[in-house]
Parts: sequence; structure tokens; C-alpha cells
Amino acid sequence: MRSEPVVRIQSLVKRYGTKTAVDGLDLEASAGITAVLGPNGAGKTTTIETCEGYRRPDAGTVRVLGLDPVAQSGELRPRLGVMLQSGGVYSGARADEMLRHVAKLHAHPLDVDALIERLGLGSCGRTTYRRLSGGQQQRLALAMAVVGRPELVFLDEPTAGLDPQARRATWDLVRDLRSDGVSVILTTHHMDEAEELSDDVAIIDAGRVIAQGSPEQLCRGGAENTLRFIGRPGLDVASLLKALPADSAAAELTSGSYRVSGKIDPQLLATVTSWCAQHGVMPDRISVERHTLEDVFLELTGRELRG
Amino acid sequence: MSTAQQGTTRVSAGTYTPNPGAAPLSRMIAAQAALETKMLLRNGEQLLLTVIIPTLLLVLFSAVDIVDTGDGKAVDFLAPGILALAVMSTAFTGQAIATGFERRYGVLKLLASSPLPRWALMTAKTLSVLVTEVLQVILVTVIAFALGWSPHGNPLAVLLLLVLGTAAFSGLGLLMAGTLKAEATLAAANLVFLLLLVGGGVIVPLDKFPDAAQSVLGLLPISALSDGLRDVLQHGAAMPWGDLGILAVWAVLGLGAAARFFRWE
Repeated sequence: MRSEPVVRIQSLVKRYGTKTAVDGLDLEASAGITAVLGPNGAGKTTTIETCEGYRRPDAGTVRVLGLDPVAQSGELRPRLGVMLQSGGVYSGARADEMLRHVAKLHAHPLDVDALIERLGLGSCGRTTYRRLSGGQQQRLALAMAVVGRPELVFLDEPTAGLDPQARRATWDLVRDLRSDGVSVILTTHHMDEAEELSDDVAIIDAGRVIAQGSPEQLCRGGAENTLRFIGRPGLDVASLLKALPADSAAAELTSGSYRVSGKIDPQLLATVTSWCAQHGVMPDRISVERHTLEDVFLELTGRELRG
Repeated sequence: MSTAQQGTTRVSAGTYTPNPGAAPLSRMIAAQAALETKMLLRNGEQLLLTVIIPTLLLVLFSAVDIVDTGDGKAVDFLAPGILALAVMSTAFTGQAIATGFERRYGVLKLLASSPLPRWALMTAKTLSVLVTEVLQVILVTVIAFALGWSPHGNPLAVLLLLVLGTAAFSGLGLLMAGTLKAEATLAAANLVFLLLLVGGGVIVPLDKFPDAAQSVLGLLPISALSDGLRDVLQHGAAMPWGDLGILAVWAVLGLGAAARFFRWE
């Protein structure tokens, strides 16, 4: 049920001087929510800004809603919503004034008052942009990206610097956009954001996509999950292994500390505990570790995502 | 995060259903010009530059005989110079500073991804400059009349001078805003404003300067504008072709360079 991709990037290269920001990147995003996840400096913003028509590729092709973002910009721009990482508003403009202005540039904008209420921007009152809080500025930028009723919205770090409550409110809006048929491409370096929100995640590092899939696929596909427990030292690991499914592994890491890895599900947990019961072992401190995108990233690159 | 659950918490499904489209061009340009003008008139520093300084200079130098303005009433000499200053303050200094900061704060960048085409943005900016200038001209004219001004000459020549002056100063202002850092633009635009105020025949007649300096200063856009306006309004000249020519050259150079070198980010 994969429909026509909303974004198709093939072999994109973008250099700034001698620095290669994007290095042969391939990415296809389908309708829904796609998170572009990666550490700072990985090339996320450059990739997004190429899709938005701000950057001209040095090599490769970019198609957004089937159009060339530079050559067919006039046709494409009304169909997009863009949230920049920061700024974009006259420093002397009030929040509602700027939002109403962006609405006027579109043929069928959203109800501005309802959007202001939805994003809690009503409290900004007569305050001008430069005096708004960081969170208010972020929410205004989000509102400006969606007010024109776009088909596709690009959000560059939409929740950076937001408190948990404002973050939730942003996530709720992004989900509502999806349910109403708006596609969303967002960049983030928060793996929880990618996991929570997205249908599809593209992990970017050093200007390339190093993995792509649903959060579940990525977490399953990368590192195996593990189960740990403490028991009597010197248990017969070979016997335990025989009881486990074929693709599992088991080892005594340090004296009395055991690790089972493989597909960790209730069945496997039951198998381990019943084996322990048969062997008169009291498994202590049983813990299950399911892998997160953070682990996937660490495994793929040998580095922490945030760092 | 089940879809069913979200459904129950939704205010109204379908609110965000895509329905994209650009507004008609005329509506976009009008909205943009209105917003730009509002931003300009709301900004205290801009008002100081475009309204308060020209007004103060006109009143002060008409009332107090500090500078020898030659034969006739001081206001007849000063009013054309102040009109030239008003054009420079809005089209050059004000526009350079505002656009420089819009570039710095990503306003130009954001608008570049909106349905508003770039040429339409520049059209709106020009409209906003013209609207501001009309307000300035009305203000200066009213004050000058109150001070006993008796203008002469061909209104068409005045209009042509003002339009060409606006084009020349806009080109130079946008060139500065589109190439320098916002802070550098702020400093340079104010400095140039001050230097041209003193050395461009606005309140100090050019013949007070040494001969060698005069021939160079006479080629400045501000000198051409103030001299041309004075020729018409004070001396009743028909069409000051020389000054119009200088302004035209500056307009072509300035706008050409701005179009070539302007960076949107």
C-alpha cells in the first residue's frame, strides 16, 4: 500500500566550499510522517532545504510531489508548508499578525483564530515576535507552516527547545495533520520523537542515509534484543541454549551474570524461567532490553546519537 | 498512539485536509506591501530617520540662520533638499536596514518558500517605500508651506526626479542589505546617510565646498536629487536633464548590482 512517494531523492550531493554536507544521499518518503533522524551536522537540514528549493543540488536529483523544487518552484511552493529551524518572522510583528499575513498568501487558508487557539498562541497578545518566548516562536513557526493547508509539511527540528507539554501539543498537531491526509517530513535528533511520531524513519549520518524503515523494523533489524539475569555461577549455558529457539544466543558474561539474546518475547521469557526452574536456579534481577533507535544508531555508526 | 484513540480526542476531523493554492497575485502583493509599511511605521528608529530628522532639520534651519542658503527665503532652499533627504531616508537607509534584518532573521528565506514570488516581494517592498514617501512628501510640504514656502516649476519634473531618486537609492540600499551582514548594514547605512546629509547639498549648499570636492560631490545621487529638485522648485527649471541623467545611471548601476549580488540568506 505504498503510494507514490512525496519525496524522492537520488544520489544527492551538496557541498559548501570544501565541506561535503550531503554525500550521495538516497531517500524516498511516502505519504504519512517521515522522520529524518541524525546527529547535528549529519546533513538533515541541507537535505530538507534542498527539498524546499533553497539549495541547488551539486549532483543527484530531488523530486517533491513529483516536481523539481528549483525549476518548478512556483508550482510547488503553494503546496508546501515550511517550518524553518528558527526565525522567519518580522521582529516587530505580532504572532497573530504574521499568521494572518501568511494566511493571506494562500487561496484557502485555515481558520486563523482556531489555529491560534489550538496552538495556545492567543496568550501572545500584542507582544512582538522578538519578545516572544522560544516556545511561542516555535509554535508560531509551526502554525505558519500549516495555515495554507499544504499537502506536504517540512518541519526542521519542530520541538527543539520545547518543554514536555509543548512538545506533546506539537506531536498531537502533527498526528492530526497525518490523519487528515497531510504528509509530514520532520528532522529531529530526538529518537523518542522519531519513535513516537513517525511511520518511517531515515537515519542520516555523514550526509548519507544509513538505515530506513518503520521504527519497529529498525529496532528489530539492527541489534538483537537481550534478556539478562543473575544466577548461580557456572550454569550449563549449552543446555540453556538447547531449550531456546534456533536463532538465540546465551552466554555467561561475568561470573553468575547471564545474557540471552535473540527475539525476546513472552514465550522466550517463559522458556528461560522454566529452564531455571528445572535446574533449581533462582533467576534474579531478570531484565529485558529492547533496542531503541539510539541503539540502532550506535550500532550502525559506533557513536552516540547525541554527541 | 492508536489511530482510534486519536480520533476521539480530535476537535474536528478534516480541519487540515489539504487544499493548497496561492492567493491571487494582486492580493499577495497588497498584503505584503501593507505589512511592510506597517512594520516600518511601527519601528521607532525608522520613524526617527524618515520623519523626525527631516522635519526637525527643515524647521530648525528655516527658523535659525545657521547656514547661508543664498538669496531668498531659507525654506525655498531647504524644502527641496529635505524632500531629497526624505527619499534617501526611506528608499536607501530605511530599506537597507529593514531588509538587512529581514535577511538576517530568515524572513526573506521563509517568504521565499511561500506562494509569493520573489519579484512580487520586491514589488511589494517598492510599493511600501512609495507609500511611505507619499506620507513624507505630504508632511514636508505641509510644514514647508507653514514656514512660507513658495515652490515653482513643473510637477511632472518633480515626480520624475523623486521616482528616479527612489530607484537609485533602492538599488543601493538593497545592494547593501543583500551583501553585508545586518549589523554592518545598520552601521554603514546610517553612516552613509549622515555623510550624504552633510555633503550632498541637502542643507549645506555644494558651493560651500572646495571646487575639486564640488565636482565629485555633484555626482552623488543625493546631490543630483537635491540639486534637481531645487532647480525645479526654487528656480522654476523645466526639466533638469543633467541631474535626471546622474540619477538614471545610479539607478541602473544600483539595481543591476543588487539583482546580481543580492543573497537571500
